[in-house]
Amino acid sequence: MKSPENTSSSLYLSGRKQKFIIIAGLIILLFCACIYALNAGSYHLSFDRILTIVNQAVMNPDLLKEIPFEKTVVIDFRMPRALLAIFTGISLAIAGCVMQALLRNPLVSPFTLGLSSAASFGSALAIVFGAFLMPFIPKVFQNGVIIFSAFLLGWFSILFIYAISRMKGSSSATLILAGVVIGYIFTAGVMILKYLTNDEKLREITLWLMGGMWGANWGAIIIVAPITLLCFLYLESKAWDLNTLSAGDDVAKNLGVNVNRLRLTGLFVATLAASACLAFTGIIGFIGLMGPHIGRMLIGNDNRYLIPCSALLGALILLISDTVARTIMEPVEIPVGVIMYVIGGIFFMFLILRGKHRMIT
Amino acid sequence: MTLVVEGLSVHYGSIRVLSDISFSLPLGEVLCIIGPNGSGKSTLIKTIAGILEPKDGKLLLEGQNLDSISRNEIAKKIGYVPQDFQFLTSATVLESVILGRRPHVQWSLTDHDLDIVNNAMRMLNIAPMAEKMLTELSGGERQRVFIARAIAQDPDFYLFDEPTSALDIRHQIDVFSMIRAISEKKDKSVLVAVHDLNFAYHYADRVMLIDKGRIVCIGTADEVMTEENIISVYGVPMQFISTDAGRYVIPNWKKAVLNRGCCTNTKKA
Repeated sequence: MKSPENTSSSLYLSGRKQKFIIIAGLIILLFCACIYALNAGSYHLSFDRILTIVNQAVMNPDLLKEIPFEKTVVIDFRMPRALLAIFTGISLAIAGCVMQALLRNPLVSPFTLGLSSAASFGSALAIVFGAFLMPFIPKVFQNGVIIFSAFLLGWFSILFIYAISRMKGSSSATLILAGVVIGYIFTAGVMILKYLTNDEKLREITLWLMGGMWGANWGAIIIVAPITLLCFLYLESKAWDLNTLSAGDDVAKNLGVNVNRLRLTGLFVATLAASACLAFTGIIGFIGLMGPHIGRMLIGNDNRYLIPCSALLGALILLISDTVARTIMEPVEIPVGVIMYVIGGIFFMFLILRGKHRMIT
Repeated sequence: MTLVVEGLSVHYGSIRVLSDISFSLPLGEVLCIIGPNGSGKSTLIKTIAGILEPKDGKLLLEGQNLDSISRNEIAKKIGYVPQDFQFLTSATVLESVILGRRPHVQWSLTDHDLDIVNNAMRMLNIAPMAEKMLTELSGGERQRVFIARAIAQDPDFYLFDEPTSALDIRHQIDVFSMIRAISEKKDKSVLVAVHDLNFAYHYADRVMLIDKGRIVCIGTADEVMTEENIISVYGVPMQFISTDAGRYVIPNWKKAVLNRGCCTNTKKA
């Protein structure tokens, strides 16, 4: 029989076990979704074949030369696309999760704070005006210019939100409204760019604003993967500090946390993760809201578990959505950003409606 | 171990809120701070808790300046329970108490950490509601959760900022009894700001009376809480009455109301 004084620790330990199971389950699900995504499309292979090709690509790339077509479809097209969806899902979800903790508000995310719009304006700027610069920039760095520009404007928008939360408090109404306003302003900026630019670039920008995984190639993955992973590790290492913020700044300070520094570096890293991905995918809404919220329902508020759990959920949602977007109307592709607007909008509505109880103050 | 405050002054912008505060707090003592609204009680507590930066003066722990000790080490020594509570709408009781272990853990909670969390929750009688969400609790239950978090932090010095402001009389007595228990059984010190003069009178080892950011008087309850002192600081006629259960300080309502025409400045009992 359990002694009564052990109840809270046994609760904690059984809770922890359950959290590990949930995270392991999500990893398995993500792996399955990934294999499915590599197979989905007009050219079908067997699952065995997919596994063999992936295995060969890792173990012995030379063998792939004998199957050039399959290699091109799976390794050159579908795999970077699946990986980009995964990394973007991770980045946006951890960015949302951490922003929610830092600003102590469950409704903030890269999308609702206007970061997505700002970052897309930054990228559009680089796409349109970068053309003048591009010939002078080595090809490897060209993507870097877009990311840097996206990041710069994204960071600017977050600093703006941060300043507002310092001045006016971080109530939902204030932050969401400020986010909407920032969104409008940068959307206007993008419209001006669209109006001024030529037809070819116009199409590029329009497609890109809808948000999709067209930009996927190994060059993008090589940039996005390390940024995402480093940002994830950094934010995960701050999980305890983020937890203390839930009790308010004063208590967090008393618990030994340098609150101002945590808030600035945390927002900086979250913005970096989100804008690096947004520079390749365009605006993908609501992942930063859905990942953390579903995560919180599954696994609770402890950021040590919530950050990885949200990351996996974000990756899973975006990968599945993109695979559906790619295959549902074959051969026509729907931009996954459009799908996310629909799913995310409904989800947001759901949060508002049941907010009284749990999610929204 | 002793906490020493030397010549402390604190400013909000250009406004001086505390000036030249000096006192020391040895282990095992309950020191109550009393004083009118705006006298600087909360500011003093927040400054010692590391939330506000002092402009002048020193805070010393065992002769060592707090500036030279890392935030984390200070957090192991000084715990703080705020006057008003903030929490996530989805936070549970257990999660909230565990936060107190933050200065002590690297990443995982050890059995030792969990024991301390258990004891804290038992001490405050909140173990049965470990899994409940804070939004489901009453004001008094929440207050106990936050006190439990400070106990889980296991500091040597506890700072309470009006811990009984949201509580009914029974829970007020519970909290003060627990404060006594912390100092007596665990040999820890408690610095507590209170509005209720009778609690200060009956539960404190020493009382500090502050007004307009300065210490008026510090010493035993009988030394500090004289009629003259209290009348001069609060501006309300007060008197002590003796009962079977000890001495009590009460405002002279009739006189207070006659003098002021209303009772806006009388304290709530």
